[in-house]
Amino acid sequence: MSAFVSLENVSHAYAGAEGAPAVEGLSLDVEEGEFAAVVGPSGCGKSTLMKLATGLQFPFKGSVTVAGERVTHPVKIAGMAFQAPTLLPWRTTLDNLLLPLEIVQPYRGEMRRRKPEFAARAETLLGSVGLRDQGRKFPWELSGGMQQRASLCRALIHEPKLLMLDEPFGALDAFTREELWCVIRDLHASRKITVILVTHDLREAVFLADRIFVMSARPGRVVVERRIELPRPRDLEVTFTTQFQDIVHELRAHIVKARQ
Amino acid sequence: MNRANLLIKASPWLFTIGLFLFWEAVVRVFNIPTFFLPPPSLIAQAFVEFAGPIARNSWITLETTLIGFALAVGFGLLLGLVVGWSRAIYAGLYPLMIGFNAIPKVALVPILVLWFGIGFVPAVLTAFLISFFPIVVNVATGLATIEPELEDVLKALGASKLDIMRKVGIPRTLPYFFGSLKVAITLAFVGSVISESVASNYGIGNLMLQAQAQFQVPLIFAGLVALAIEGIVMYALMAMLEKRMTGWAQRSGFGQT
Repeated sequence: MSAFVSLENVSHAYAGAEGAPAVEGLSLDVEEGEFAAVVGPSGCGKSTLMKLATGLQFPFKGSVTVAGERVTHPVKIAGMAFQAPTLLPWRTTLDNLLLPLEIVQPYRGEMRRRKPEFAARAETLLGSVGLRDQGRKFPWELSGGMQQRASLCRALIHEPKLLMLDEPFGALDAFTREELWCVIRDLHASRKITVILVTHDLREAVFLADRIFVMSARPGRVVVERRIELPRPRDLEVTFTTQFQDIVHELRAHIVKARQ
Repeated sequence: MNRANLLIKASPWLFTIGLFLFWEAVVRVFNIPTFFLPPPSLIAQAFVEFAGPIARNSWITLETTLIGFALAVGFGLLLGLVVGWSRAIYAGLYPLMIGFNAIPKVALVPILVLWFGIGFVPAVLTAFLISFFPIVVNVATGLATIEPELEDVLKALGASKLDIMRKVGIPRTLPYFFGSLKVAITLAFVGSVISESVASNYGIGNLMLQAQAQFQVPLIFAGLVALAIEGIVMYALMAMLEKRMTGWAQRSGFGQT
């Protein structure tokens, strides 16, 4: 079986950018249902990887395949969440969640007819991340952690097969971050969804991922691939074991080398 | 708390009354001739004496201004959306607009008179020409500052440019748009009065010009006061509209203490 997301020998440079390309000779495979994490020094092209895998940018060399199809247009089976929650302040949290359904087919055409059903689905989703009955509030009435949860829900509302996360917890405090790790862990476990998480937090990557890709400094490519064999379901306690710490140390050494 | 609120409610009136009292006092204490700077009491007297002409001409000026303003809102909104839509159009039109905005609009009045004759039409057009610029700039700015991440989220779902404009661009531009209306309406008054005082037989601008010719200095000032009142009322209306339409954008507590 071929990989669900596959980048083969990909090189990409942004239009108008002088000098080195953002990524060069980047290859990486993610299996269906797998939780992959991408770590690396800052500016290594992690976000470029996100854009390539979702069809927002196209490489000048190499090929990107998602779900067996060559990526030549935006990948609609993907949901995305970023460090900033980017919720619309003029919509209630519930209406923010419904936004992707107003855009993506086939929901778009059915929006008027099936709105109550969609709203119920959004409520259920909010409940699953601990935001029960918060749907009628505006995003700015929620805390940062709650906004980020809502942002995750927005990424999941159209039931994507692939979830792309770009440092989604970077702006949160340590406790909220760990809480959200567990939210993501449970979403991944219950929905069998493929997740690609881009992060610079090694503990986060080791705790959540099945496999970690370490990228080199710009131009980025994968230098190390590390499978994480920690048994699932993982509890936060696992982050305090020596086995966990050893993996984090090992990865850290790779990143230090990659920075040079 | 209640007392502080009361003070804030009363403070615009207190400051206005204070200004006029100070003015009156300065004129009396320094014995300034009334043909140079009339005291507020004399201006009020002129206001009552010429209530009829002032009311009539104020109405004409208001009408002229509002028609010019309405044109500016329609055209400004449209041009703002077009300019915000495309980088190329933005780059092409921006220097032209800056150049046009730098031209003193009073210099355009003779040309407008040449084309349309004196009176109502050039005044409306001057009000329009002077007030559309801030609307265009604000609408274009609102569109140009859409968060790129949000754009990515929507694009990845297959959203067209029009979708992003409808779902995100236009709603997020509304606070900028309504904010610009407050600036535009006061500019529209400037435009119509300029044109009236150069090339019209009606309006407050013309009334003040005639008062000046007849050396009725208090009447000139009464005209100014009438304009100021109209300006404040229209500004307040725009501010109310802004608050009603974009309450979500005005939740900051900054400046409330």
